[in-house]
Order: sequence, then C-alpha cells, then structure tokens
Amino acid sequence: MKATDISNPDYFHKVVDCQWACPAHTPVPEYIRLIAAGRYTDAYMINWHSNVFPGILGRTCDRPCEPACRRGRVEEQPVAICRLKRVAADYKEDISTRLPPVPRKKNGKHVALVGGGPASLTVARDLLPLGYEVTLFEKDRKSGGAMRTQIPRFRLPEEVLEEELNYILDMGVNCRFGEEITSMRELLEENFDAVFVGTGAPLGKTLDLPGYQESRENVHTGIEWLAGVAFGHITSIGRKVIVLGGGNTAMDCCRTAKRLGGEEVTVAVRSGFDEMKASPWEIEDAQAEDIPILNFHVPKRYIHENGRLVAMEFEKVRREFDANGKRLLVPTGDAPVIIRCDDVLCAIGQENSFPWVERDLGIDFDQWDLPVLDKRTFQSSNPKVFFGGDAALGPDNIITAVAHGHEAAVSIDLFCSEADVQQRPPPETLLQSQKMGIHQWSYDNDISIELRHAVPHADKSRTLKDLNIEVELGFDQRLAYEETMRCLNCDVQTVFSDNLCIECDACVDICPTDCITFTRNAEEATLRQQLIAPATNTDQDLYVSGELKTHRVMVKSEDLCLHCGLCAERCPTSAWDMRKFLLNTAKAGSPCQKP
Amino acid sequence: MTYIRKPKFANPHIRSNDLGLTHRDYEGSLTTLCGGCGHDSISAAIIQAAVGMSLPPHRVAKLSGIGCSSKIPAYFLSRSHGFNSVHGRMPSVATGANMANKELYFLGVSGDGDSASIGLGQFCHIVRRRINMLYIVANNGTYGLTKGQLSATADPGSRTKSGEESQYDNIDMATLAIELGASFVARSFSGDKSQLVPLIQAGLSHKGFAFIDVISPCVTFNNTDFSTHGYKNTWENYQALSSIDYVPMRKEITTSYGAGEDKEITLHDGSVIHLHKTGSDYRPEDRDNALSHISDYRKKGKIATGLLYINQDQADFHELNDSVDKPLNTLASSDLCPGNEVLQSINETFR
Ligand SMILES: Cc1cc2nc3c(=O)[nH]c(=O)nc-3n(C[C@H](O)[C@H](O)[C@H](O)COP(=O)(O)OP(=O)(O)OC[C@H]3O[C@@H](n4cnc5c(N)ncnc54)[C@H](O)[C@@H]3O)c2cc1C
Ligand SMILES: Cc1ncc(C[n+]2csc(CCOP(=O)(O)OP(=O)(O)O)c2C)c(N)n1
Ligand code: SF4
Ligand code: SF4
Ligand code: SF4
Ligand SMILES: [Mg+2]
Repeated sequence: MKATDISNPDYFHKVVDCQWACPAHTPVPEYIRLIAAGRYTDAYMINWHSNVFPGILGRTCDRPCEPACRRGRVEEQPVAICRLKRVAADYKEDISTRLPPVPRKKNGKHVALVGGGPASLTVARDLLPLGYEVTLFEKDRKSGGAMRTQIPRFRLPEEVLEEELNYILDMGVNCRFGEEITSMRELLEENFDAVFVGTGAPLGKTLDLPGYQESRENVHTGIEWLAGVAFGHITSIGRKVIVLGGGNTAMDCCRTAKRLGGEEVTVAVRSGFDEMKASPWEIEDAQAEDIPILNFHVPKRYIHENGRLVAMEFEKVRREFDANGKRLLVPTGDAPVIIRCDDVLCAIGQENSFPWVERDLGIDFDQWDLPVLDKRTFQSSNPKVFFGGDAALGPDNIITAVAHGHEAAVSIDLFCSEADVQQRPPPETLLQSQKMGIHQWSYDNDISIELRHAVPHADKSRTLKDLNIEVELGFDQRLAYEETMRCLNCDVQTVFSDNLCIECDACVDICPTDCITFTRNAEEATLRQQLIAPATNTDQDLYVSGELKTHRVMVKSEDLCLHCGLCAERCPTSAWDMRKFLLNTAKAGSPCQKP
Repeated sequence: MTYIRKPKFANPHIRSNDLGLTHRDYEGSLTTLCGGCGHDSISAAIIQAAVGMSLPPHRVAKLSGIGCSSKIPAYFLSRSHGFNSVHGRMPSVATGANMANKELYFLGVSGDGDSASIGLGQFCHIVRRRINMLYIVANNGTYGLTKGQLSATADPGSRTKSGEESQYDNIDMATLAIELGASFVARSFSGDKSQLVPLIQAGLSHKGFAFIDVISPCVTFNNTDFSTHGYKNTWENYQALSSIDYVPMRKEITTSYGAGEDKEITLHDGSVIHLHKTGSDYRPEDRDNALSHISDYRKKGKIATGLLYINQDQADFHELNDSVDKPLNTLASSDLCPGNEVLQSINETFR
C-alpha cells in the first residue's frame, strides 16, 4: 500500500466516526469534552454553528452518528451523543451575545426561501450575517416546518422549538407567514437574486382498500392528522385506534393517539418486527407506553356498519425467500384477524409534490417527480433555483435538511457573487499536539468502562395524560458527566512520523487493542490479514507509514483504536504524537472561499 | 491524565489459545520502565510465547534479581508465581524453588549487571548445575536502574550516553553459558519478536538449563550511535544463524521443508522446532562449531543470533541426583517420615 496521505482532511475526518457520519459534520468529541468540563454554553455554540438546532436535535435527531460511534465496536453501545447535545442546550447560559452580528448595511442581494422548515432556516441563518436580505414564505402561520407540525410536543416542547427558531428569525428574516406560494413563475418574476425551495415532502398517503369510501371519515393520513393535532384543530380520537405502518410517523401517531383518548391503540405492520423502519428507540418508547405492535399483519379491508368504520381485517403472513433471495410475504393460511376500531391512522409514507412549479421554467424533474439537482451544490437546472431538505431528495430528517441548507447557502453565496458554484471552499482544519508533558495530555485519555447510561423518563401516569409533557427528562449534570467519560476522543489522532521511529516496538507492546503492526508492505487485502489482529472491518482505514530502516512499514488499523495515547506515551522518540484534529465544514462566506 | 491504567477493552479479533485465553489474560501490571526500553518487548515476547504454548499461568514460576530487567516479571503473567530476589542472587532462589517443585516451568529474568557482574558467580554455578529452567538475560550493556554505568557485557570501545567508553574486554554470556555446560543457548534481540518468541517457547520446552542472551537496548542511557547495544547497531549487525519456528506438541505439523534446508528437532515434551538455514554451515549440536561461529561473527562486528547450541542428551540436576518424583508439597507425611522400620534398615547399611 502507498503511505497514507494524512494531509487529506478526509483521512482524519473519517477516523472521527461520529463526525464523519453526521450529515452536518458536527465536531462531536470537541463538544463532549466541553460538556465534561461543564462548559455547556461553549458546547452549545459548537453545535449551533454546525447543526443550527442543538436543543431540537438533542431531543429528536435521527442520530446517524450513534450507530457509527466507535464505542459501539469496542463494547456494546455507542456514546449517547444525541442526549449529550441536549445537555448542552439544557444547561447553557444566555447566548444572545454569541450570535453572529448581522450587518445593518445589506449587500444588495435578495434571496427568497419557500417553506419555513429547518432547510430554509439554515439558509437564512448562513446568509443573513453576510448581508443578504432574506424573505421567507411559509404557508402556515408559524415557522418550523415538520419540526412543529409533525413532531409531537411530548418529544419536543414548544419553548425549545420557539427559542431556536427565534434565534434565526430575530436575525432579521422578512417573514411572510400564511402565504402559500402557488406559482413558481410568479415568484421568479419578483426578481429575487436566488430562490431556495425548502417545502418538505408534504403529501401523505392513505390506504385505499375495500370499504375505504364508506369509512373515509375515520381513516386519516398520519401526517395531516399530526399537523391537525399540532395546530390544535384535532383534540380527540376514538377509543380504539389502529395505526398502519412501521416507521417513525407511525410511532408518533400511536403515542399521540394514546394521549388524545385512544384507550386501545394498536400498531399493525406488514413486515417483520426487525424490518420496521422506525428507530429502535422510538419503538422502545411506544412499547413502554403499552402499545402493542403486531407484525406480519397485512391490512385487507375496512369493515363498516351503518356508514361507520367499526373494524379492520388483516391477513397474517410469514416471511419467505425466493430462489433469488428476494423476501416474500406469504399468507400463513390462518383465519383473517379482525381488529375493532373507531379510527385508522395511515402512516405508510409521504411524498414530494410540486404542483406549483410550472414545468416550463427550466427546472427539470426526474421520473419520480423530484427536481434534478447537482448533489453537491443543490442547484437545479435553473441556476437561480436551489432545493434542499425533504424537497430535494425525498423525506429524510432534520439534520439532513440542515446539511443541505448549509451547502445550498454556500452555493447561493457563490452564485450571487458570480463565482463558480462548483469551486467549494475547503473545510477549516486544525491539527494540534495535545502533549503537555512526558505522560500528560490536554485531554482525558483515561476513559470510563461504564456501559451507556439511560436517560430518565417522566412517569407515564403523568405523560400519557397530557400531550405537552415531555417524556424524556434528559441527563442531569452528573449523569451527563459520566456519559461524556465514555467518549473515546476519536478526534485526538495518532500521528506517526516514520523518520523518528527506531522500531523498538514499544507502541505495539502497549496498545490495548492491538492496532499497530510493523510488517512488510503488501497489497491492502494481504496487509489486513497479516496484522497482529486481522483488520476485517474494511469500512475502517489502515494508516500506513513510509518505509522504515528495516524495510518494514508501520501499519495501524484505525478500527478499534481507543485514542488512549499509550502508544505515544511509550514512544521514546515521539514518533507517535496525539494531535487533535478539528474540522469545521465550510459555511457560506468562508474566509477560504476564493473571491 | 498521566500513566493511565491500560484500558480493559480488547480487540475481538485477537486469537485465543487452547485454554481460551488471549494475550490480554497473560498481562501483568502496567510497565514503569522508560518508553522504548527493550525489556518491555521481552515482556511482550514472553506473553506471546506463553499464549502460543497455552501455558497455564499458575504452572509458571517467575524469578528475578535486581535491575530494570529484573522488574519485568511484574509486567507479565500476573497470575503466575513470582520471586523478586536480591541483586545477583536469583540463581540460588531459582535452584531452591526448582528443588522443591520440579513440575513448574521456571523462568528466570535477569540483567547483564545482575548476572555478569554481581551475580556472575551464581550464574556460573546454576549453569553448571543444569537446573531445568529458562534463564533470560536482558542485555543492554549498562546498569540501567542505577543510571547508566557501563556493564561487563559492554564491548570495548562502546560508549554510553554520558560518553563513558568501555575499556575492558566484554563477557559474552552466550559463550560463557556454552562453556559452562548449558544445554540450550540462544541469542536474540528484543526488537525481533519473530525470532525471540519461538526461542522462548523452545527454551521453556527444553529439558535442562536453557539460556537466552537478549540484546535489549536501554533507550535512556545506552542507545547512542556508538553503543554496540543500541537499536541502531543491533538492527544493522544482528544476523541469524538460522531462523526458527516452534510447533507446540498438540499441534499437527503441516508444513514440509526441502531436505537440507531445514532441521527438525523434537524436544522432550514433544514439541518441535524447525531451523531454516540461512546460508552458513551451522550445526547447533556441535559445541565447538557454535563457539567458533560466535567468535567469527564477532570479529566481523556482527552479532550471531538464533539457536546457537542445543544438546538434548544431557541429564539435568534432578536426574543426576535421583530426586523425588513429585513436588515436595505433595508428599504425604508417610513419605517424609516412613517409620522406624525404614530408619532401622537405613542405619543397618552404615554398620
Ligand atoms: C411524523 C414525523 C416525525 C418526524 N420526526 C422526526 C424526528 O424525530 N427527527 C428528525 O430528524 N426528523 C423527523 N421527521 C422528518 C423531519 O421533520 C423532516 O425531514 C424535516 O423537517 C425536513 O425539513 P424541511 O426543511 O426540508 O421541510 P419541512 O420541515 O417539511 O418544512 C417545509 C415547510 O414548507 C411549507 N410549505 C410547503 N409548501 C409550501 C408552499 N408552496 N408555500 C409556502 N410554504 C410551503 C410547509 O408548510 C412546511 O412548513 C419526522 C417527520 C414526520 C412526518
Ligand atoms: C547488593 C546490591 N548492590 C548494588 C545494587 C545497585 N544496583 C541496582 S540495579 C544494579 C545494576 C542493574 O543492572 P542490570 O542487571 O544490567 O539491569 P538493567 O537495569 O540494566 O536492566 C545495581 C548495581 C543493589 N541494588 N544491590
Ligand atoms: S467515541 Fe466519541 S469521538 Fe468516538 S465516535 Fe463515539 S462519540 Fe465520536
Ligand atoms: S491510541 Fe495508540 S495505544 Fe491507544 S488504542 Fe490507539 S493505537 Fe493503541
Ligand atoms: S533506564 Fe534503561 S533499562 Fe531501565 S527502563 Fe529505562 S531504558 Fe530500560
Ligand atoms: Mg543492564
């Protein structure tokens, strides 16, 4: 293998598994250390710069970082990264003085944002400090998008939502709430310098089965129903409720129904339990509220009496695989299952919909009716129009919408400065030695061996009675500290200087997880096998040095490195050093940007 | 923040042995030696050797004298027996322990100061007495623990970090051991575990007195470009007379070697070593041949390493003295005090 090029920022970035997996690339271990130090406000600001909504995301994020977290490979469970983010938000002080100043003198450019969800708001936040004028069109009377209309208040309290929306709105967004954009042509005619579309994926689906027409009144689209609840239009539901679907929307529907008077709420899923799309923790929370989830139940018809829905019929299936390994759901032949109900909530998916975008404006759409976009710049085939969030690539999550928003803001800024949108500014990186003394580091390398700490919940006898009582209580400061100690500081990189190495084996001998081997060089596949501990996880890189005096190379498998620094402590020549790698993705107006 | 305990987390891909133990189970406490000290690599090599042979830790007795090198038994096999004795006196303690229980594996670890200076007399006699053990000298040409004085193994002209130059001829421990009748003598380098580990395994399997002189640089006091025991000189000048593989007795032997290139030696416990020739006409069973090779290499400024000498036909101390078969602590009082009748019959023989 060729010697590893550690000057490529991707190399060390990838070692920080959580940051690499985070769509917005939040510097996770950096904020975790600040929480450990009790510097909640600083930890919050790191988050705020990267992911814009730390308090919201600290409660609701899909947390792609956690399955990626190295700790999950070293022991059973990842660090509770997401809930630590909430800790920063819960215990921070006033941040108003830390927000970026917005110049009174504008730069003369005016950008329209359609839709007031996280994608658009991120664009607004990134562009306002640069002097842009920003006008936000939102069909609802309030901003927040699905964060307000879909996510129930028992997961995301109103004050948390308002606080973080207001940080942005107060920067000087021209809010045109209650205004639905019904024609892109007309919007373009208003001569904005750029238009950003962040309208989400607003179209829910219902299940049209026999008996649907007669039962319509009590068969609801999950996302519309949740929005109705959020705005207070819907305040009750029947005693018996069936929720169809196995995703997060289904979990929010069933838990909300339970709080609006649903006494017998049942979730029915077509496929197997293990195939459910909902996040494991959402499923756990629903089950903790005594909501049964029936798997392998395929809905067949709505049963109605006297023009009213009374039950649903299901066919039981089992999973089989055909010759090509394709999964099939085959009827078991058991008698159909009839479940009585007063209401059905369909949580079986949502779609994008752009009836208001005329098709002769140079904005191309693909076969799924999604806009054709450059995946890096989020520019559509009409160079003035950008898309982001669920509107760009279909329904996803908040943090992805934020990541799109950042990239789109960079693009819009480049576009408005008549620069090439493809010339993206590089990330800001810093690689800094943590050495303080022979065996002293400026980070705490003595990691805890404790298992993941659970977040305490409020008593369900209380929470099930009131839609607005938050279920999760969050970590207190002591528990938060204990949890921070589980983080392995993956950003504190092991940096090797081959010219200093005397091949004494001290690092090899001390390494608790056998990451380091001195060996003859070979092709990657061979090299992976000839290490002291074979490196079978090919998602994780090998760090290969230049040739050493004995014609061998140092090979380090990054997979299970604990970043404990012992290799560097034992190294007599400082050929190993522990250096903190800090990476911030470039935001709009980055100083590295070419003029 | 400083000198943390070694984290408990281990790599799940490391191999475990027939006892279901991994090398993490053979560790000791965290080393207190200087980072980069060759002695730590010897600890690691001993651990690897023990895992590979599936040595039950409680069947091992670790013995040492005084010195940085003599501290290392604390850093491996924490579940074994251990005795850290007086400076240069490990051989006496080892002899006594071996007398008391001949069923244990005895592993002595000493330094060049401990064995070639203050303990030279003891060393000579334990070799001569053919105690069944593996005796390792971690040889750095200096007294590390007392801050870097030249030791008796330092080659003439070799210089320490303080600039002191060795004036006298050096004692070559391997040569000395061969001359005094050791039946297994090897030399190796802490930096080359591929050689050191099988030598340790073979030395532990060998019946009789086994000795390994391990060049083990002292990074702090004797690792200059002018030190013959430093990393630089050793990497550049050590030459293996043959390379060695060790196959524990339980393992089936699957590799076959071309005639003439390879020598297969079955040890007393049934394990096998393979010696692959590296060019010279080296014959490890031939004592004079071994001695002449060592001095020839030395004249060229080279260090001869590998298995230098082996003699499997020598009776060890217990055989020569027809000692009791069992460990003393397993003898019942009826064995120890067989009664008046036996005493009378013994007395009869003196009349
Ligand atoms: C039930 C449910 C629960 C969810 N839970 C989570 C969760 O826990 N965590 C998570 O990360 N994600 C969750 N999501 C997904 C997440 O909410 C979305 O991915 C995210 O909000 C998308 O952001 P966005 O800015 O692209 O669009 P949205 O948040 O959908 O905002 C779009 C906005 O545009 C407005 N709009 C649409 N068309 C027009 C128009 N023509 N003119 C003016 N305004 C318009 C809409 O009213 C809306 O306010 C959930 C989704 C659902 C349905
Ligand atoms: C009776 C006695 N004399 C002297 C000493 C001081 N002393 C301690 S260690 C040592 C030399 C150790 O050298 P070596 O065996 O080569 O070990 P190293 O530290 O080099 O590994 C000496 C002289 C002592 N501890 N006891
Ligand atoms: S251990 Fe810490 S730094 Fe490493 S991936 Fe997990 S949260 Fe990130
Ligand atoms: S920091 Fe060094 S010693 Fe610690 S696990 Fe990583 S490679 Fe091993
Ligand atoms: S002084 Fe020398 S021998 Fe002793 S621990 Fe340090 S490097 Fe090793
Ligand atoms: Mg010494």
